[in-house]
Amino acid sequence: MVAAAQHAHQAAASKQSFEVLTPEQAKEVAAIAARIIPTDELPGATEAGVVYFIDRALKTFASDALPQYRSGLVDVNRATTQMFPGVNSFSAATPEQQDKVLTELSATQLPQTGSRRRNQAPAASGFLQTIWYHTVCGFLIDPEGGGNRDFVGWKVIGRDPAHSFSPPFGYYDKDYPGWQPLPAETDKK
Amino acid sequence: MSQTKVSYKPSDEVDFLIVGSGAAGGVLAKELSTNGFRVVVLEQGPYLTEADFTHDELKVFGQHLLTNNPKVQPTTFRQTPQEKARVQQSVMYGRCVGGSSVHFTANFWRFHEIDFVERSKVGEIPGTGLVDWPIRYADLEPYYTKVEWEIGVSGLAGASPFDPPRSKPYPMPPLPVKGSGVIFERAARKLGYHPFPAPMAILSQPRAGRSACVNCGFCLGFGCEVGAKSTALSSVIRMAEKTGRCEIRPNSYVHKIATDKNGTATGVLYFDAKKNEQLQKAKAVVVCANGAETPRLLLLSASNQFPNGLANSSGLVGKYLMPNCAAIAYGVFDEPLNDYKGFAVSRVFHDFYEMDTQKLGIYGGGGLDARFDLTPIGFVTGALPPGTPRWGKDFKKALNHNFTRTMQIFCHGSSLPVESNSFSLDPDVKDAWGLPALRMTYQDSPNDLKLVTWMKDRAMEILDAAGAQNKWHQPIGSQQFAVHLLGTCRMGADAKSSVINPDHRTHDVPNLFLCDGSSLVTSGRGQPTMTIQALAYRAADRITALAKQGNLPG
Repeated sequence: MVAAAQHAHQAAASKQSFEVLTPEQAKEVAAIAARIIPTDELPGATEAGVVYFIDRALKTFASDALPQYRSGLVDVNRATTQMFPGVNSFSAATPEQQDKVLTELSATQLPQTGSRRRNQAPAASGFLQTIWYHTVCGFLIDPEGGGNRDFVGWKVIGRDPAHSFSPPFGYYDKDYPGWQPLPAETDKK
Repeated sequence: MSQTKVSYKPSDEVDFLIVGSGAAGGVLAKELSTNGFRVVVLEQGPYLTEADFTHDELKVFGQHLLTNNPKVQPTTFRQTPQEKARVQQSVMYGRCVGGSSVHFTANFWRFHEIDFVERSKVGEIPGTGLVDWPIRYADLEPYYTKVEWEIGVSGLAGASPFDPPRSKPYPMPPLPVKGSGVIFERAARKLGYHPFPAPMAILSQPRAGRSACVNCGFCLGFGCEVGAKSTALSSVIRMAEKTGRCEIRPNSYVHKIATDKNGTATGVLYFDAKKNEQLQKAKAVVVCANGAETPRLLLLSASNQFPNGLANSSGLVGKYLMPNCAAIAYGVFDEPLNDYKGFAVSRVFHDFYEMDTQKLGIYGGGGLDARFDLTPIGFVTGALPPGTPRWGKDFKKALNHNFTRTMQIFCHGSSLPVESNSFSLDPDVKDAWGLPALRMTYQDSPNDLKLVTWMKDRAMEILDAAGAQNKWHQPIGSQQFAVHLLGTCRMGADAKSSVINPDHRTHDVPNLFLCDGSSLVTSGRGQPTMTIQALAYRAADRITALAKQGNLPG
């Protein structure tokens, strides 16, 4: 709810409108994204502008996923009402209620970590996995790709937005004395 | 460059038509045009340059900016020849000028002597087609050196006690060490191994008008925006164009090698950017389309005269696919490595290059490297520890903690050649041009699974010795996806058991040459590009000699 309000505020402030999502759908997308990567002392999906990234994606490279979003959002709202009678949309639920809905849905709809092939978009699958992937993308993509507003996603993961770096890069290489060959050995080769 | 750029008409009979502008095609284009020949290179992908490259992960991975797009070129997969293949992306290769070298990691290991004579050393391995090469390491050594100096490879000669002999040091010092390299080096030495600065086809110093690496961190999978990665595009392609005799023609999808009634190649048929069919005439054809598309093109070139495909009297076109085996272990450490900065790999070791077959019952061997090759989205979708919450506060906490503290140990190993592991034409599925799709049939041999499991166990021990706070590895199972496309038109002296001779000439068609990953007889230990390029330099010498002797019909 907080997230949705912030999002509405942002939309009003930037006069940014949605290209594909209806305002009602955008509200739900923003609410789900805000539970996947919530805002705490560090920015979350809301501050990264994930909902705008997703809207743009559904207009362009992810247009195939639009029907899935349309029906998926209806399903999430229905699940919310089933679990919490009287609450008629995900965005209207409290964060605690939202977390319970996602816990229920993610048990069957999100794959485990550590099991996927590298650098490959997930194969076609459930709505929750699709919006999860799009949220991660909108949070962490190079801003030239339309998300990760003001590099807030990279701030969370600790990636410096600079385009070039010089060593030492981190803790372990800062005192490295330079390559030293091993003392002479007689047992090799 | 523009004033010397040449273009030929399809009706011009050029000296050499090269299919593919990647690691091998680029070298052959440069060498043959430098030697005075008129050359056309047909590349199915676009001609992108540094200005077109981007750090946008979705354009690169999701929209296949640099690689084959399974939406227009579907591939199919099955494990055994008895199965019907299903549509599944089974290969990835570079589809742009420069080929896969544009996006590669740039690990540049030479093969060792053993790779050329393993069959003689270990004897017959039942269930495999392991044979010796018709050439030896010593035949390739001068060409390995040429690759290092002409393409630009950073490294430290003599740093690994397992290195094969070399005639010259590297032209540049190694790239800087990364946190992953320091952690790996200390732990591996503790365990008695011999890590050394990784030889990389990335410039550590400015060279030939190109920038040194600026450590931007978008390396594996991406095109280099400063030209520091030593790709075919940043090196040999530009040298070829400067001769004024070589045309690089992008968006040209070759689908048939044309032959006359004598069975001599006369040129190639291709679809241009508008999907119109063109015939480019040439005196000789050199196919460097990669280990998947080269055999596919020969099979697509079947005719009444060659019902099983061109240059396929042996029946071996497409067979003995070796994708290299691989395992990845991950470790998370207490302090930030910030390994996202820089190229991928800074340390490697070759202590397992030759496995003790007697003792362990494992053939082949491999190398382990320390790296971080992940960009932010790829990291989150593929490299969080098993059991990490997938959303919410704790998911975010994991993103915040792990990205800067994670490293990988990549285990690269040999594949044994098994005849049923192959590329062929799918009988049902077609691509967007109406051509039969590429079908991959593949099952890792039990030996290769044993090898990769054994190496993975060593990688986990290294992470332990290094004091990782958390460690895990990707599940190991038979591979269904290949990027190293090796062995599918193998070289040999005998026309019955190989597709090309030691000059890279097909046994069957005297003016048709093949040079790329398909030429390899064995798979090496996981890093093929260096050898593919050394072979291409050698092939260019052999082909030039044949042409100058008037020994090329057509």
